[in-house]
Amino acid sequence: MKRFLYELEESWKIAAAQMRSNMTRSTLTALGVIIGIVAVTLMGTAISGISIGFDNSMSVLGDDVLYVTQWPWKPVDDWWNYRDRKKIETDYADKINRIIAATSNSNLIVAVPTSSLMRSVKYEGNEVDGVFTLGTTSDFTLTSTIDCKEGRFFNEIESREGAQVVVVGYDVADALFPSESPIDKTVLINGQNFKVIGVNARQGTFLGLFSWDSMVAIPLTAFNKYFSSKSASDVRPGGASTESDVRVKVKDKKKLTEAKDELTGIMRRVRGLSPEKREDFSINEQQAFKSTLDPVKNTIAIAGLFITGLSLFVGAIGIMNITFVSVKERTKEIGTRKALGARRRTILLQFLIESTALCLLGGFIGLAVAYFLCFGIGKAFPSFPIQFSLGLVVTSMVVSVLTGLISGFAPAWTASRLDPVTALRYE
Amino acid sequence: MDGPQSVRPVGPVVIDIENITKDYVMGEETVHALRSVTLQIRRNEYLAVMGPSGSGKSTLMNMLGCLDTPSSGRYEFNGRNVKEMDDDELAAIRNREIGFVFQTFNLLPRANALRNVELPLIYAGMDPESRKERAAQALNDVGLGDRIHHKPNELSGGQRQRVAIARALVNNPSIILADEPTGNLDSKTGEEIMALLEDLYLRGNTIILVTHERDIAAHARRTIHLRDGLIEMDHMGFIPELDTAVAS
Repeated sequence: MKRFLYELEESWKIAAAQMRSNMTRSTLTALGVIIGIVAVTLMGTAISGISIGFDNSMSVLGDDVLYVTQWPWKPVDDWWNYRDRKKIETDYADKINRIIAATSNSNLIVAVPTSSLMRSVKYEGNEVDGVFTLGTTSDFTLTSTIDCKEGRFFNEIESREGAQVVVVGYDVADALFPSESPIDKTVLINGQNFKVIGVNARQGTFLGLFSWDSMVAIPLTAFNKYFSSKSASDVRPGGASTESDVRVKVKDKKKLTEAKDELTGIMRRVRGLSPEKREDFSINEQQAFKSTLDPVKNTIAIAGLFITGLSLFVGAIGIMNITFVSVKERTKEIGTRKALGARRRTILLQFLIESTALCLLGGFIGLAVAYFLCFGIGKAFPSFPIQFSLGLVVTSMVVSVLTGLISGFAPAWTASRLDPVTALRYE
Repeated sequence: MDGPQSVRPVGPVVIDIENITKDYVMGEETVHALRSVTLQIRRNEYLAVMGPSGSGKSTLMNMLGCLDTPSSGRYEFNGRNVKEMDDDELAAIRNREIGFVFQTFNLLPRANALRNVELPLIYAGMDPESRKERAAQALNDVGLGDRIHHKPNELSGGQRQRVAIARALVNNPSIILADEPTGNLDSKTGEEIMALLEDLYLRGNTIILVTHERDIAAHARRTIHLRDGLIEMDHMGFIPELDTAVAS
C-alpha cells in the first residue's frame, strides 16, 4: 500500500515534469479537452436552466388548480373535434361556484374566470406592445402564487366594481417606468386609463412560456367592458380574440382525480349536456402539461449531451494519441525503469496519471471558461435561466478524470506490456 | 594494470545456470542465441563476459539481469528459480538483487542526480526520508556528493556514469551488471570508471562486466569467452595472449 502511494507520488511528479517540458504539445492536447468540457458544461447549464425554466413556468400553473379550457393541454390528432367546441365563458365561474357552495364535502374550493388578450400599454412616452392582458377576479390570488414586489393585487370590491386598476408584470413595469415607482401612476391600456396598484416580483421567462413578467392583470369586469373581442373594433390579424378559461382551486391535491371527476360533472351541468353526449370541454392540470413537456425536455437533454459529448470524445482521442506518442518516445525510459524494478502496474499507473493529469488540467480550464461564459450569457440574456451548480463542477471533474483514464488506458497498457529487453534496445 | 591484482575470497553461489538455451524465432528462422551455457557466479566475484558481436553476449546478459528468461535449462538466482517467475517477480528480483550499469547511462533526463538514484528505492517502497538519505549516500560513495542536484545534462559523461553506478548500488544488490560501462566514454574517463568498479569490488560487491574490449576485461578476476552461443573458455585472471587471441 505504502509502495503504491510512493509510486503514485512519483507518477504525479513525472506527469507534471512531462507536461512542463512539452508545454506546446500539452496545451494543444488539453485544448481538445477544454473545448469538450466547455461544450458539455454549457450544455449542462443549459439543460438545468431549461429544466428550471420549465419548473418555474409550471409553478405559475399551480399543482392544485384545474383548468377548464376548450382545448386540451396535450397534442391532439383530431383537432377538428375540438375546433368547433363552444368557447368557455367567464360566467361559468359563477355557476360553478354556486354548485360548489351547494355541494357538501366538495373537493373544490373556488372557480376563477380569466380572459386574456394582447394589448399595448402606454405610459407617457413609453409604450409596450403585445402585453398579455389578463382579466380576472380578486380570487385569482387563490389559484396562483403572485408575489407583489410593490403594492398589491386588486381586492374584491375593485374586482366586482370593475375598477380601472392594474397589476403589472416586472418586465412591463421596467419598460414603462425605468426610473420611478409605477405605483399610483396611470397607464393607458388600449386608450383606457388604469391606475397601477401593484408590481409583480420578477419571475423569469423561458421560451415564452407562462410568466407574469410580461403581463398585466385587471379586473374582469373592466376587461369585459373595454376589451371584449366581440365589441373590439381592432381585431388584429394573428388572433387578437379573447381567450377565456376557468380555473378551479382544489381542496386537497392528493384527491386531484376525484376533484377532476366532480368538476367534470359540474361542467356537464353548466353546459347542459345529456348523459350520452361527450364532453365538449377539457379539464387540465399542471401534471398533464408536464407530461407533455417532459419528453421534449429529455430529448433536448439527450440530443444536446450527445452532440457536445462528441466534442469531448474528439478531445479524448487527442489525449490517447499524445499518450501513444509519449509511450513511443520514452520506450527506452520505460525499459530503464523496468530494469530498475518498475512493475507493469507502475508503468501503467504512470501513463494513466499522465493522461488523467492532462484531462484534469483541461477540465479545470474548461470549467473556468464555462463559468465565465455562463456569467457573460447571464449578463447578456438575463431571461435565459442558466444554472451553474456545484454538481456541475463535480460532474465535469469526474468526466475529465474518466476521459483521462479511458483515453490513456490503451497506450498505458501497451507501455506496461513492453518487453524490457526490446525497450532498452530501442533508440 | 600493473602488478598482481588482489583477489578476494569468493562467497556462496549467487547465480547458478545449467544448460540454458535461448532461441529467437525470426520469421521462418529460429536463431539459437544461446546453445547451452552452464555457469556459476559466486559472491565477491569480478567476472568479465567477453565475446564478439553475435556471440550471445547480450542475450546472456539479459538472462543474468533477469530481463529475459531462458528457453530451456535451469537458472537459479540465490536459490530461486528464475525460469518460473512472472514479469512482476522478475521486476522485484531486478529491483533488489541486480544493479544495472548501461553503456548509454540511461538516466532520466529531467530528473536530477538524486531523483535518478532514488528511483530503485521508490520501486522498493522505501519512505521518502530514508530514500533521500540512502541516495545521497550512494552519490557520495561514487564521489558526486556535491552534484546531487544536478541534472544529467549538467554533468560530464564520466559523472553521468557515476550517477548510474550510484543508482545501481543504492539498493545493495547481490550483483552489479555493467554492460559496456565505458563504451561511451573516452579512455581516461573510462579508466576512472573502471577504478571505481575496482574499488566497489574491493569493498565487497559482486561485479559482472560485459564487454568486447580486452583492456576493460583485464580488470576482472575471471573471464569467460562466448562464441556462437557457447562458453568457449572460462578461466581465472586475465591471460593477455590468450584473451587477445580470442577477442580478436
